[in-house]
Formats: sequence, C-alpha cells, structure tokens
Amino acid sequence: MTTSDIHFSKEELARYNRHIIIPEFGEEAQLKLKAAKVLIIGSGGLGSPALLYLTAAGVGTIGIVDFDVVDDSNLQRQVLFDIHEIGKAKVEAAKRRLEALNPHVQFVLHNTHLNSTNALDIIQNYDVVADGTDNFPTRYLVNDATLLLDKPNVYGSIFQFEGQVSVFNYVNSQGERGPNYRDLYPTPPPPGLVPSCAEGGVLGVLPGIIGSLQALEVIKVITGIGEPLSGRFYTFDALNFESRTFHIKRRDDNPVNGKNPTIHKLIDYEQFCGMRAIEEKPVKEITARELYDWQVKGTPFKLIDVREPSEYKIVEIGGELIPPSTVLDRAEDIPRDIPVVLHCKAGTRSLKAIRELEEKFGFKNLYNLKGGILAYIDQVQPALTRY
Amino acid sequence: MATVIIPTPLRKFTNQTAKLNVDAHTVGEVIEKITLDYPELKKHLLDSQGAVRSFVNIFSGDDDIRDLEKEKTSVDHSTIISIVPAIAGGLH
Repeated sequence: MTTSDIHFSKEELARYNRHIIIPEFGEEAQLKLKAAKVLIIGSGGLGSPALLYLTAAGVGTIGIVDFDVVDDSNLQRQVLFDIHEIGKAKVEAAKRRLEALNPHVQFVLHNTHLNSTNALDIIQNYDVVADGTDNFPTRYLVNDATLLLDKPNVYGSIFQFEGQVSVFNYVNSQGERGPNYRDLYPTPPPPGLVPSCAEGGVLGVLPGIIGSLQALEVIKVITGIGEPLSGRFYTFDALNFESRTFHIKRRDDNPVNGKNPTIHKLIDYEQFCGMRAIEEKPVKEITARELYDWQVKGTPFKLIDVREPSEYKIVEIGGELIPPSTVLDRAEDIPRDIPVVLHCKAGTRSLKAIRELEEKFGFKNLYNLKGGILAYIDQVQPALTRY
Repeated sequence: MATVIIPTPLRKFTNQTAKLNVDAHTVGEVIEKITLDYPELKKHLLDSQGAVRSFVNIFSGDDDIRDLEKEKTSVDHSTIISIVPAIAGGLH
C-alpha cells in the first residue's frame, strides 16, 4: 500500500495532531506510519512498551508473536498486562489492551513459538521487525530471517541493569546496507555461561527504556526521519547511568550476507547455540508425577533445591535448599546411597549442578526434576505459587 | 593508563568494580592485566587459545577493536576500553 491510497478521518487527524504539527514529521510521516506493517517479536518486557507506543503512534498494522500466557511474575515490568489477564494468552491480552488504546490499528496475532519452519512465512508479511525475544537461538533466527527477507530488524536486549539497542540490516537512502547481529556477535555464548533474565533478573524499568527506544527507531525507519541507529550500537548501564554509542561495521566473513555466504536458508538455531549438544548428554531425569509417586509411596530419596534463597521464600516443595553457587562445596553432604533429586525453577540450573557433581565427584545417583518446580506445581500441586 | 569499563554481568568477578585503571600500551596488555588481577574474568573474555571470545566485543573509545588493530590496538591514558558481552533478555 502506498501513502497516496491512505487518508485520515477527522478523528485520526485530531489524535495524531501532536505528530503532524512537528515540521520534520508532518502528515506525510504520519501517513507512512499508517501504511506500515510492523512485527513485534515477543510481547514481554521489551514488547510491552514498544507495542504501546507504536499503537499510540498510529502504525497501521502491528503483528505480535508470542506463545506464552500472562503470569504474575511478568507484571513487575510487562506494563501491557494487568492482573485480570493472568493465565490468558499474551497475544490476546495485548490485543485487548491495544485496541482500547487505538481502534485505528489492525492487529495480527501469531500465538506461536517462532522457529525455523514458520519464521519466513510470518516475517515476510511485514516491513519492519522489532526483536524483543529472550534467548540466543531466537535472536539468530530473527536476524537470519530478516536478512534472507531483506527486512530491517530493530534490536533491543536487556540483562539485569544493562540494555542494548541497534538497527540491523537497514538500507539507507544511498542504498548502503548496515551491519547485523552476526556482524556484532558472530557466535553466541555457550549455554550456561550467560544466565537468562528468568535466572539472572532484570530491573523492571529497564525494558521500559530499551523497548521505548526500539519503538523510536521503528518510527524513524518507517518514516525516514532522522538517522536510524544503523551501524551504531547503543548500550545503557542503568546502574551507573552511563550510555555509550559504538560504531559497528559489516564483516566479510558474515556467513549469511558476507563475501562468501554459506547460510542460504534458516538453520537449526538450537544446535547453532550449542543447546542440542548439551541436551543429548544424558542425565537421569524424573518427572514431577514420578517424584510425587515416590513421595506418596515413601520411597527413600533426598530432594535438593538448587535455587536462590529469595526463590525458596516464594515457593518450595520440601527440598533442602543448597543455592547453585554452593553446590560443589556441599558435595560431601549429598548422600550416595539413595536416589537424590535436584530441582531448580525450570530444570536448567539443576541440570548444570548434576553435570558438575557427576564430573567432579563421580555421583551416580542424581536425578534432575524435569521442568523444575514449575512442572511440579503444574502437574502435582497447582495451588502453589508460580513465579 | 587506560580505563576499562566492566559490564554488570562481569562485575561479580571484579569485586563489583565498574571501572578499572590499567597501566598498559595495547588492548592485549589491558586484557592480560585484568585477567591476571581477576582470574575469573578470563574464561568469560578469552577462549582456550587466548583469543577474545566472539560473543564479547571490546571497544576502544567508540570503535570495535576488530576494526582497529585488534589486540594490538594501542591505548593511552585517555583511552576508555568497553567490554560488551552478548545479552539476550527481553521477553520474560
């Protein structure tokens, strides 16, 4: 759709008046927003402010990708949602909130996990992508899909007190293409070295800042005003209130769009990020239901909870608390003559602890609770507090 | 003497120090000195061959050292070295 096919109603002209009266913006830029189709990947911490501002700003069509449901622990930062939406699909909850904010916007919901099979089909329908996902495989997936489809990708990422923003794969008015995520970070960290926000935490206001900056850059990319953050990489340290903007460049050895590309279609990103290899190394597992059976039958075993004390205070299922940083020091206290079940929130930290205990101390009686305490709550004791 | 800015995820390995002053002539010397002073930093910054890991970016001033002379990039008393590892949070 070109802007000549688009007109504003009187209500829209009134609504967007504060944009239209900016000389550098005007009705022309507002028409470009209305003609644009933007895909927001992830409606969580970063997606919440991005969706609110882009909806308020009058982007014509907004797609939302998310497979999750609203949870209590989201509300500390995901300002799109409220307590009435807990347990409901995020994309549906987002649409309800956003339609109430601006009825002139069309929403397209993708209630799915973005993966190598569906990413191209979904992304191809949009002009600009904003990536607010929370894991490395999806970061590389979104990056490669936007390169293959020739779409700009407005990147934002957060961890604890740090935020990052850049505009990837942007072609400027001279036809020069900017760098992308693989130019910035050719490979991801090995699994376990960098904790996720679910495990490492994030200050709730930070995604508000970084997601708003993504919305700003989406608007600039669509309207062509100003200088988008292409070829530059912004970092923000909320703790010390310091921000820096670095220069970044395209690299000849980029495997997707460098001098000699070797990746011509989407790949297995879990494998690329090393996750598959770790999953294949076998560790004995027990399901929440099997654990419950052991509990009711009185089977002798020991349960160890390898989470942080602050998590233990929220909810616990009778395990002895041994925080992850102290597990190896406490190896002597872990019995070897009965089965020992380790659990954390979702199963990643306990898996790591078991591997280390097996490797360094030769344990052979350790079991990982599959899906962690969250699975136990879902399958055995739904009345307990989720977080 | 260069100033090194340590990102928050790595500050637990530097006694929560955000800025380190290092007496060095090149970026390589800077990295060597901080990993000697704070050995836990090493596995996060360098691979087994001693090269800077590809998910960690090191900037001298505003520029990626890969666009300068990599570890041989010279530094002086006014140089600010930033270490910026990949982070992936956002959704949850």
